[in-house]
Amino acid sequence: MSSSHFLSISTFVFALAAFFYLAALIFRKPRLTLPARWTVVAAVVATTAGLLLRWVESYQMGIGHAPLSNLYESLVFFAWTAGVMYLFVEFKYKNPLIGAFVTPIAFLAMAYASMSPNISDRIQPLVPALKSNWLIAHVATCFFGYAAFAIAFGMSIMYLIKARNPEKIEGIIGHIPKLDLLDELTHRMVLFGFLLLTGGIITGSVWANSAWGSYWSWDPKETWSLITWFVYATLLHARLMRGWEGKQIAYLSILGFAAVLFTYFGVNLLPGLHSYGKV
Amino acid sequence: MKNANPLWKFFCSVTLTIVLLLSLAITSIIGTVIPQNESPDAYLHAYGAFRYQLLSALGIFDMYQSWWFQGLLLILTINIVVCSIDRLSGSWKLIFTRSPKIRPERFTNRSDARTLTDKRNAEELVSVYEPIVARRYGFCKVTRSKDGAVIYGEKGRLSRLGVYIVHLSVILLLIGGLAGSFFGFEGYVNIAEGEATDTIRIRNTGQIHRLDFQIRCDDFSLTLYETGAPKEYRSALTILEGGQAVKQKDIIVNDPLRYRGINIFQSSYGKLQPEKMPRPETAVAGPAEAYTLNFTSRASGMNYAVSAKVGVPVDIPEGLGKFVLMAYEAETAFRGMDVGASLKGILTPTEGEPVEVLLPLKFANFDKMRGGDVMIAVANQPQEKFTSPQPAEERYYTGLQVTNDPGVWLVYTGFILMLAGCFVAFYLSHQQVCIVIEQLRKNSRVTFAGTTNRNKLAMKNTTEKMFKAMTDS
Repeated sequence: MSSSHFLSISTFVFALAAFFYLAALIFRKPRLTLPARWTVVAAVVATTAGLLLRWVESYQMGIGHAPLSNLYESLVFFAWTAGVMYLFVEFKYKNPLIGAFVTPIAFLAMAYASMSPNISDRIQPLVPALKSNWLIAHVATCFFGYAAFAIAFGMSIMYLIKARNPEKIEGIIGHIPKLDLLDELTHRMVLFGFLLLTGGIITGSVWANSAWGSYWSWDPKETWSLITWFVYATLLHARLMRGWEGKQIAYLSILGFAAVLFTYFGVNLLPGLHSYGKV
Repeated sequence: MKNANPLWKFFCSVTLTIVLLLSLAITSIIGTVIPQNESPDAYLHAYGAFRYQLLSALGIFDMYQSWWFQGLLLILTINIVVCSIDRLSGSWKLIFTRSPKIRPERFTNRSDARTLTDKRNAEELVSVYEPIVARRYGFCKVTRSKDGAVIYGEKGRLSRLGVYIVHLSVILLLIGGLAGSFFGFEGYVNIAEGEATDTIRIRNTGQIHRLDFQIRCDDFSLTLYETGAPKEYRSALTILEGGQAVKQKDIIVNDPLRYRGINIFQSSYGKLQPEKMPRPETAVAGPAEAYTLNFTSRASGMNYAVSAKVGVPVDIPEGLGKFVLMAYEAETAFRGMDVGASLKGILTPTEGEPVEVLLPLKFANFDKMRGGDVMIAVANQPQEKFTSPQPAEERYYTGLQVTNDPGVWLVYTGFILMLAGCFVAFYLSHQQVCIVIEQLRKNSRVTFAGTTNRNKLAMKNTTEKMFKAMTDS
């Protein structure tokens, strides 16, 4: 089997996991979250295999490099980090319904990568600018950060749905975790994401300084990552120093994730150095 | 907030921090939508004169260096410094004390305080409980009094400094950035293979900067993948001091040459234009108000001399359209070749789009190359023989980025401090626990509680475990 087989399989397994979680939520069948969890494990395993195999295949083609070099590979890697982070969160906080808001995001990333006609899934050689040991450190920190923000986003959406009727115990709302837990978990995820985003910006800066001779040049991608950083820094200060919580934090977390999405996709519409992400 | 100075109060506010962070986030968007540091012509073309002047006055075309953006950063810096000093002076004693002041009522009054009674007396209980606290808390202190004892434990006091480390790192980044922009430079230079130079151009301003040494490009090579995509740009460089080679290195995109604090990076490349043809100088007349133009019709082969004033359209015979002389230019180039003084004009054929026509004074046959229905030449000018540029032997030049940034070590220190500080501030906490033992007549009453400055969930687990250990012992 080739890497693309594994990756198309994982797309469908992520879809199945999302289906299980959503079914558990909508039809009030918490039992369904058990197969759902194992489906996510299977999807992560398939994606891991796909990514590793793709890495090996690139060496067989004589252009060996980590599978983190274009939009297709970054989307797959994003789905992988989201899956891994989600499993960690579920293991640590034992709250499977969060999966209903995270697995669809992972599935959408995989589906967009494999089905969009504009995204090539060919293994392409690295352009000179990407040939650096910083590539893996930079991409891995950024994407784990993005995944943490994605999970925080999912939790904020849950929070806002739950907050409309916090006392209700039946229906979908009744199955959503308690508000204070969601609030706390959102905060935890934002902290983790913020640390990694900081790391991602820093590794990117150091890399830029060794490749182009300038650690910061206000390129649109750099600027947007800084904008994202400002939004989440606002969230942290508002919460820790001004005592904001609940809905206010949820809205800021959603705003932050919008900035993440623009940093990831929107910037390709603007001119700049990070053209690898172009479709 | 001990200081009542209203200015201090203003800069001490976290609301100000939030407003500043959001303002920076929102205004930063502008520079990603409007391309920065382009030529004025490009902006004039895109925005028109009025909007160009307005945006230019607001510094939008170089917004990250504009007074208002730098002003926001300055206010943020003051805000960070004032807030940090204010808060740190409040908690300085708490963090750096050798013997923390223990106030048992802070713990016994807590709603989550747990109590138990034990038959043993206070002294016995201290000997049992002290190890439970000491095992988990680096600082453990027992205070005895006539009606009981207090066991106090704490750890992670220094973790309260995490947030100040992060703030310090931000200040270092800003100072490092300032140092770089004041004392450093960012320039570029193109060097042809086999040539050497010590002169570079500064980015954005275009000023000339002279280095203390020369850079020679011995060789440039471009390798491609089979697909035709670029694989590697490699320049073999030699540093020359007083004509002596002092350093030699091949640089590629991610592997620059560093010499005496100056970094030389591979940034672009290009093919050299063929050499200018050496030719005898021909005296050329300066600009005039009117010229005699020769129009040659391709269809009939007829030749017509017409006098034309600059800026006044003339009709071309045989109904071939209109022609207007626009300007005289002393130095013009065609495909990189110097063709000397020329007239520029616009030819509007009877049918079809207007075209711009270049008429070098000394090459009467030049316009033949255009292949239009009418050939135009300027009459009565000294002539030279025109030879079309020939592709010579291919030579490359390498495009180098040359930078010097004395602030970079401050920035890197800031990076390390920021990561370390964020980790400490997010994941370590200052935890305190207290066991208060009251000696009653027949037994002892024990009250136990703990506090933390963050991560309350984890602290709850710890106190639960400790309380279980206390009841079991």
